[in-house]
Amino acid sequence: MKFRVERDVLADAVAWAARSLPVRPSVPVLAGLLIETTDDGLVLSTFDYETSARATLPADVTDEGRALVSGRLLADICRSLPNKPVEMTIDGAKVSLTCGSARFSLQTMPVEEYPALPEMPAATGTVNSDVFAAAVAQAVVAAGRDDMLPVLTGVRLEIEGASISLLATDRFRLSHRELSWEPGVTDASAAALVPAKVLADTAKSLTAGSQVTIALSTSGAGEGIIGFEGSAGGGVRRTTTRLLDGEFPKVRTLFPTEHLTLARVDKASLVESVKRVSLVAERNTAVQLAFSDGVLTLDAGSGDEAQASESIEASVEGDDITTGFNPQFLLDGLTAIEAPVVELAFTQASKPAVMAGARSMDADADLAFRYLLMPRRLLS
Amino acid sequence: MSPRDLAAASRECPILHVDMDAFYASVAVRDRPDLQDVPVIVGGGHRGVVLSANYLAREYGVRSAMPMTRARRLCPQAVVIPPEFATFTAVSSSVMENFRQVTPLVEALSLDEAFLDVSGSVRRLGSPYTIAEQLRARIYDEQGITCSVGVASTVAVAKLASRRAKPDGVVVVPPQSVTAFLHPLDVGELWGVGEKTTQMLNRLGLMTVGDIAHTPLATLQRAVGASLGAQLHQLAWGQDRRVVTPRRGADEPDKSMGADETFGRDTDDPEVILREILRLSAKVAGRMRTARVAGRTVTLRVRFADFTTITRSRTLGDATDVTQEIYQTAADLFTALGLQRARLRLVGVRMEGLLPRAAVQRQLVLGARESGWSEADQAVDRATLRFGAQAVRPATLLGEGRP
Repeated sequence: MKFRVERDVLADAVAWAARSLPVRPSVPVLAGLLIETTDDGLVLSTFDYETSARATLPADVTDEGRALVSGRLLADICRSLPNKPVEMTIDGAKVSLTCGSARFSLQTMPVEEYPALPEMPAATGTVNSDVFAAAVAQAVVAAGRDDMLPVLTGVRLEIEGASISLLATDRFRLSHRELSWEPGVTDASAAALVPAKVLADTAKSLTAGSQVTIALSTSGAGEGIIGFEGSAGGGVRRTTTRLLDGEFPKVRTLFPTEHLTLARVDKASLVESVKRVSLVAERNTAVQLAFSDGVLTLDAGSGDEAQASESIEASVEGDDITTGFNPQFLLDGLTAIEAPVVELAFTQASKPAVMAGARSMDADADLAFRYLLMPRRLLS
Repeated sequence: MSPRDLAAASRECPILHVDMDAFYASVAVRDRPDLQDVPVIVGGGHRGVVLSANYLAREYGVRSAMPMTRARRLCPQAVVIPPEFATFTAVSSSVMENFRQVTPLVEALSLDEAFLDVSGSVRRLGSPYTIAEQLRARIYDEQGITCSVGVASTVAVAKLASRRAKPDGVVVVPPQSVTAFLHPLDVGELWGVGEKTTQMLNRLGLMTVGDIAHTPLATLQRAVGASLGAQLHQLAWGQDRRVVTPRRGADEPDKSMGADETFGRDTDDPEVILREILRLSAKVAGRMRTARVAGRTVTLRVRFADFTTITRSRTLGDATDVTQEIYQTAADLFTALGLQRARLRLVGVRMEGLLPRAAVQRQLVLGARESGWSEADQAVDRATLRFGAQAVRPATLLGEGRP
């Protein structure tokens, strides 16, 4: 194996592929990054039996071959190389890397022990990469982090014709994002439970190209996997990950069908205000929101300790309402909303509130992203 | 000394230590004339311990906290009565109420003993000695049980004096006789001196309180440590706090609540152990709901057959008083121990970090039913209140006769 490649192209591809390296590999070879030269140029791959990453990049290949080296080390090296072309050759049990006058010699790992990467399933459709990254970033806010409830650490991805729904919940809040895409077939219909962390990482890392291809295989033999493919640095980046097992709860019906109070607030003021007031909210206590006649009053703290309150302007339609939320959950939802105005819909103080964004105080709410949040209540 | 002399001697002794005589045993037999003249032991279970014994039983060497099996061997003819805590608590609170009619400065130490500072009541009710006798008479009259009172100018001496007064008496230790009273006593009688410290002091040749008093402070501190040494030295000279801090025994909000169960025989059956954990969780949760508190930390205690004891705890996101949540956490802790046929002698469940219920918030869960375990618990509590502790129980706990 012998090839020559541009330093920036290599460094970017190596960093991308090294993201999914396992921190504590179950087998030593899984800490490796596989370097292969083919007719397409250079291929870099990592795999931890859950998630695989594969990047192709243009290179001048002199000799074909493959080598497995420590991914973490290669990423560190590539990040620090001078801006000159990089040459790599295999030399017995070592890989030598030359860049300008810098030379590195890396120990190889047994390449024949490295597992084969899963096949990318057939493409199901394509989506604009920026829209996809933004949508995923919004959806994952509500995903659970508790490994005791593995189903909730995933994002439910539902494909129905030309639209994709993303749903995530940790039992206390629920995010729902709708986006449109171009399915391969017009009557496409599928659903998958994708690990939220992998999905968020992948969507964010595939914004270099304009499109992301989504490939889903849920039926057929073996466990379902999902693949994402985008382009970057003159090559193709492809990630596959194993879908989570288990039944995602039926959550769509949790959105209330009606509301008794509808309030609109400037998002930035509300975020600032919640941050300030929650400074005195001790661990596990709520920030209280009281909506009444053009004013939203925020309160936090208890009589025995520090207290804070602040009022901001709000347009309130319907009944007055007072309810309390975990300040972090509230901020998570608010910051996920991109629009400058946030609309909050309530039924009762013990029922969830629905948050959505709007372009202005008068514009219709943008229901493509909705965040449902359960309040905190006194025990008795 | 005549009562008149005692009254005069007690003028400078405003601290009373009142201790019920064989409290549980006295309460248990007061309505049972048939048990007046036989040895009686209060305690329970095959492996239980003696909670209290009347003076007839004590003559045979029966002591509280002694294993029941040993007590039965010492005094086979004794009548054993299971404890009825509800009655004990009721009697205790009316006795404490009697104390509070004498002075607001009542420091309840447990169900059956308290310190009283009567310096403000002397003008109204007479000398501390007179007050002590009045109290004893009233308690005997109202509750049919006797108590002993130690009268002194400091807390520690009052406590020692009440022990000398037992049963059914009063001992006054005026300030000028404190050293004469203290110095002949065994070192083990001092507050803060247990079995271990007694042994250590005895090894140094310190047998009586007087020996401690006449040991240089530095020597004493080298032997038992700086703080205990200083404390013992002061106690030996009768120097101690004179302030009684009003404290209500059971009404004071506890920082934690827990319950233990020693198995009838050691067991390694996870089903039996988990069932016991459920029973203890229900017991603790019920007590928490009665006291209107909720807690965040669940602690599981496990004692193996060889008496090694371990505890494991987990802190929940929100404070709870719900039986199922406490049980689930305790059961998870037990499962996480990964015990393989280890024989257990005891399990215990404890809730820590208790807060008044009114201050506790809960994060509501999406799609949860409007009424859940919490409401079920409240319904159980109401049923229990009317029909007794056996009325409603988890099905797993049916069919065992224990309360």
